Amino acid sequence: MVGITSFGAYVPLFRLDRKVIGGRGEKAICSFDEDSVTMAVEAVSDCLKGRDRNSVEAIYFGTTSAPYREHSSATTIAMASDFREQTYTAEFGNCLRAGTAALKAGFDSVMAGSTRSAMVVASDCRLGHPGSMEEKNLGDGAAAILLGDKDAAVTLEGSFHVYNEIIDVWRSHHDRYVRSWESRFAVEQGYLPSMGKAIRGLMERYGFKPDDFDRVCLYSPDGRRGVKLSKSLGFDVEKQLQDPLIDSIGDTGAASVLMGLVAALEQSSKGELILCAGYGNGADAFAFKVNGNIEKARENSMGIGGHSGSRRVVDDYMRYLRWRGIIPIEKAAGPHAAYSAVAAKREYDRTVSLHGSRCLSCGYVQYPPQRVCTKCRERDCMEQYSFIGRKGRIFTYNLDYITPRAEIPVVTTEVDFEGGGRIQSYMTEADSENITVGMPVEMTFRRYSPWDEITDREGVCTYFWESKPVR
Amino acid sequence: MGSIRDKVAIVGMGCTKFGELWDKGIEDLVVDSCYEAIEDAGIEPKDIQAAWYASRESGFTGAHLARALKTQYIPVSRVENFCAGGQDVLRNACYGVASGVFDIVLACGVEKTKDHHGGFGLFIQEPLDRGMTEWDIPPASQFGQYGTRYFYHYKDDYNWDFEGFKKMLAIINVKNHDNGLLTPKAHLHRKITVEDVLKARIISWPYTLYDACGMSDGGAAAIVTTPEIAKTLRDDYILVKGQGVATGAGQSTMQQEFDFLSFPENVAAANAAYKEAGIKNPREEISMAELHDCFSTTELITIEDLGFSERGKAPEDIEAGRYLLSGAQPINTDGGLKCFGHPLSASGLRMTYEVYKQLQGRVDNPERQLKNPKLGLIHNVGGNVGIHVSAVSIFGLP
Repeated sequence: MVGITSFGAYVPLFRLDRKVIGGRGEKAICSFDEDSVTMAVEAVSDCLKGRDRNSVEAIYFGTTSAPYREHSSATTIAMASDFREQTYTAEFGNCLRAGTAALKAGFDSVMAGSTRSAMVVASDCRLGHPGSMEEKNLGDGAAAILLGDKDAAVTLEGSFHVYNEIIDVWRSHHDRYVRSWESRFAVEQGYLPSMGKAIRGLMERYGFKPDDFDRVCLYSPDGRRGVKLSKSLGFDVEKQLQDPLIDSIGDTGAASVLMGLVAALEQSSKGELILCAGYGNGADAFAFKVNGNIEKARENSMGIGGHSGSRRVVDDYMRYLRWRGIIPIEKAAGPHAAYSAVAAKREYDRTVSLHGSRCLSCGYVQYPPQRVCTKCRERDCMEQYSFIGRKGRIFTYNLDYITPRAEIPVVTTEVDFEGGGRIQSYMTEADSENITVGMPVEMTFRRYSPWDEITDREGVCTYFWESKPVR
Repeated sequence: MGSIRDKVAIVGMGCTKFGELWDKGIEDLVVDSCYEAIEDAGIEPKDIQAAWYASRESGFTGAHLARALKTQYIPVSRVENFCAGGQDVLRNACYGVASGVFDIVLACGVEKTKDHHGGFGLFIQEPLDRGMTEWDIPPASQFGQYGTRYFYHYKDDYNWDFEGFKKMLAIINVKNHDNGLLTPKAHLHRKITVEDVLKARIISWPYTLYDACGMSDGGAAAIVTTPEIAKTLRDDYILVKGQGVATGAGQSTMQQEFDFLSFPENVAAANAAYKEAGIKNPREEISMAELHDCFSTTELITIEDLGFSERGKAPEDIEAGRYLLSGAQPINTDGGLKCFGHPLSASGLRMTYEVYKQLQGRVDNPERQLKNPKLGLIHNVGGNVGIHVSAVSIFGLP
C-alpha cells in the first residue's frame, strides 16, 4: 500500500494570551530563535522518531514565510535532519496552498513510483500587523508527513483542485505583514466558492456523499468560516468537522491543513474516510482512507496532541514584539564577528547536522569533530558520530544577565550525552528559575541570529543547535 | 648586544600545499604542517615544550594551535607582524631556545585568507577613531608608488618607456612562474611569457595582473632546538645565522627626503641580520634567497636593499639572468609569493622551508635543486609606506 507511513508535528512552546491584543483564547507563537525552517526540522524529527532517516529519498517543503527569498529552506531542513546528500529537496512558497502543494507533489511521486519514501513538511510563522485582525488570528506551527511505497496506514483516494485569481489575502515582496481586503469580499469571492467547488468536485468525481466522511479537516482563517462552509456543504459540524485549532494555536497558514490532518490521524481508526481541504488562491481537496496500519504509523511521535500538552503563556505583548523584531533589541556594543560563508560551509556538518567524531583508537566521543583525539591524541583515527536525537543532562550552566539578547538571562549549558560527548551551547526555552544540574535536555535546531539581524550580517541567517528542556 | 648565530638549529619542517583550500580549516593547516615537521624532526608531539603560533586573521590566540594539536598545557603564544609574521614567529621560537629556557619548540604560521571575501582581508582595519587614509589604501596602491618613482627616477638611465620598464619587470614574473611549475606545493602552476605580461591589463599602476601575487590559504611549521640536540636527530640540520626585524615609524611618509627607491626597513633588517651572521659581501656570500615578491617592484627594490645588486643596477642584473634558477644567485626558486600566494603569517615559514630543503639537498622536485648552496636568505616586508615591517633571516649548514 502506497501512502502515509508516519506523521508528526511541532507546536511552539509559547502561547500569546490573546487578551493582550483584544482577542480570545491563545495563539501559538514561535520563539525569537525559531522560524519556519527550525519548526519544520522539529516536525520532521517528530515524524521520524524510531524510524530510519537514511531511507528518505525526497523532501517537499511548503511555507509562505521562508527566511530567504532565494536560498533553499528544504536543503537546510535536509541538512539539519541529516538526510543523505542524494535526497531530492524541493520547496513550495508564496501561497497558502504551499503545504497542500507539497503534499500533492509527495503523493504524486510516491504513487508514480519515482520515489520510495518522501517527507512532506509544511511550516509557517506569518506576521499580522500590530493591532490587526490577522495578528489575532495567525499562529505558528509545522507538520510533517512521511509517504512510503509499502505498508502505508493512509491512502489517497482522490483529489480535486481549483484555482482562483483574487487579491484577498496577500503580501508583496516589500511587506512584512499579511494584508487582506475586506473580509466579506475575501469570504464570498475567495474562500467559500473555491473551497466549495474543490470539495463538491472531489465528491462528484469519486462518488462520495457528505456523510461518507468520518472526519472533515477544513482550512479556516478564523473560528467561523470553516463552520459556515461545512454547513453549506452538508457536513455535520458536531460529528464530522475537526477543530481547526484556531482558539488554541491559530491560523497556521500553509501548515494548517497538514497540522489538521495529523491531529485527525492521531485520533482516527481503521476504516475511516477523511476529507482535507486547503485554501489559497484556489483550493485543494483530498480524500484519505485509514487502514489497520494506523497504530504503527502513530508510534513514537508527539504530534499535535503531545506538543499541546506543554505550553508557556506569554502575557506581555512587548516581549512578543521584541521577539519578532517589531521593536528592536539593543545591540551589544563593539565589533561583531565577521561572517565567512567559506568557514560556514566547511562546518555545516557540525553546526547543522550536529556531527561530532568518535576516536577509533580509544572510543572517546567528542564534539566538534577533531583531527587529533582529545583523550589519546591519536591523529586522523576518527569516525563520524551523530548527536541528533541523543538525550543529555546538564553538567553545569550559567545565567548571563548582561549580554543583550531577546531573552535575558542568556543561558549557557554544558551538556553531557548518553553514549558520550559533551557539548557547550546556549539553552533555549529555559525557565531560569527551574534549571538544575543533572536536568534532562534535548538538542533543538534554532536561529542563532534573531529576526531583525538578517539585514546586518550579510543578509544571512545563522543556525545552530541549542539545548532545551525536554517537553 | 648578543647574537643568535649558530645557537639555534632547525631540525624539522612542514609545509602544506598552498591554494584555495576551501575544505581545510585552521585545525587542518596546523595539524598537517606541524605533524610533517614533527615527523621530519624524528621527535614525538609530547617533546615540544613551547610553541609560537602566527596568524593575522586566523585566530587571535595560541589556543588555536593548542586545540588542534592537543598540546598538554605548554605555553603557546600568538605572534602577529603583518607579512613578517611568519619570520617573527620563528624568531620568537629561536629566542626561546637561545635563552636556554626551552630545548625543543615549535613555530607555526597559518592563514585561512580565502575564508574572507575573496581573500581580500588585507584592507587593514584600524580602530575607527583614526580615519586616516594611509590605512584605507590597498596594498597594491601603497607598494605601487615605489614602482612609479623607480620608473621616473631611472627611466633615462635605462632609456625606458613604460613598455621597457614593464618588460624588465616581466622577467621577474616569468622567472617566478617557471620556478613555480617545478614546485608541487605551490598554488599556481602556470607558464607565462613576457608577451603575456605586456598584454595583461593594468590592475594598479604600474602593476599588470601578473605583477601581483594572489591570495591563498596555507600553513607551515618548524621544529627548533639547540645544535647539541639537533646533532642527535640528524646530520643535515640547518643553523640560524642571523635574524633582523625592523619596523618603520612613518618617517617615509612625513619626510620629503624619503625617495621611494628603497625600503629603509629592508635595509635596517638586512644590516642587522648580516652583522649577526658576519656577512660582508651579500652578493658573493648568499647562495640563494626567498624574497617577498608581493609585487614585482618589491622584488626589484629589495634586490638592491639587500645589497645583491648595487643601488640602481638591479635591472641590469635581472636582464642578465643573475637571479634565475640557473643564475649566479637564484631568487625565489620555489616560485615565490607569485606562485604560492600569500597567506600572511605562513609565508615566512614557507620560505624557510624552501631554504631548509635546498640546503639539505632534499627539495621535493630535483629539477629545482641547487648544487651545494651554503647560505640561504629569506625576506618579508609588510605594512604600508612609512610603516613597513621588514624581516630578514639567514640560514646555513653546520
